[in-house]
Amino acid sequence: MLRSAPIDYIQRTREQYSALNYPPYEWAQNSQTPPWHPLHKPLSASRVALVCSGGIYARGQIAFHHKDDNSLRLIPTDVATTQLRTSHFAYDQSAARKDINCVFPIEPLRRAEAAGKIGTIAPYAFTFMGGIYSQRKVVEQLAPAIVSHLIQDEVDVAIMVPV
Amino acid sequence: MGLIARAVEAAGISTVSMSSARSITATANPPRAVYLDYPLGQTAGRADAPDEQDHVLAAAFSALETMTEPGSIEDLALEWAADAGWKDHVMRVDPKSPGSANDDRTPRLDTPQYQAADDYNAVDPNCPSCVFFEDA
Repeated sequence: MLRSAPIDYIQRTREQYSALNYPPYEWAQNSQTPPWHPLHKPLSASRVALVCSGGIYARGQIAFHHKDDNSLRLIPTDVATTQLRTSHFAYDQSAARKDINCVFPIEPLRRAEAAGKIGTIAPYAFTFMGGIYSQRKVVEQLAPAIVSHLIQDEVDVAIMVPV
Repeated sequence: MGLIARAVEAAGISTVSMSSARSITATANPPRAVYLDYPLGQTAGRADAPDEQDHVLAAAFSALETMTEPGSIEDLALEWAADAGWKDHVMRVDPKSPGSANDDRTPRLDTPQYQAADDYNAVDPNCPSCVFFEDA
């Protein structure tokens, strides 16, 4: 039970965009019951991947641009966290730039693997910059690419971390 | 992200979503979610708090193991601050002076925006680990 009501970002974004004379943002709406695929083996035997939308890239990769970029980065999960960066147009990145685990929980995942809570960490994490205006570019391009990589890497479980 | 979680789950991979924007998550309706009632930018727990980050991840794992209802969102008990006053000011437009509304996001530039200028010097221009999509 939450002690105070969550912020309604949809409502506040509507008010802000209206005051700024921006066209309204179209949030993804799915009233249909979501797909459902329960764990088919214990977590301790599962391969787990991270999918994060905080605009994370590794030094050496091309950073995100801020004009509806829907590209994807594959980040090797043995990366040193000192090599991780963020580039995102919309959120306050100060916490993430101090400690990337705020938006890319790779060290908690490593500890879960070391403790035997999960089987293995998948070889790559998948990152992009959320806030993509075109749902078509998400549905037709980004989502299928992520799905195809997860299948190729024989991932059992994906942890989705939006911002 | 909700659209992607649904696509991944539909492909036979179990997903759990973290969230700090409850209304957006509820509308996008991913299969399973854990909600952390924090300001945006620390969905997986606050900076330099490994125990807390482990707790959030453990809650996500627990959701995978125990949730039985598609579209469930579990509210985590963690609080950003003892006083919820921080919520009053986030993206607030003063109804008496809508002209004072701010957009504090970065300009929508179409060139890569590096965290540190020096990152640019390290870039492999072929970037085999970058996936770009053709504009269709």
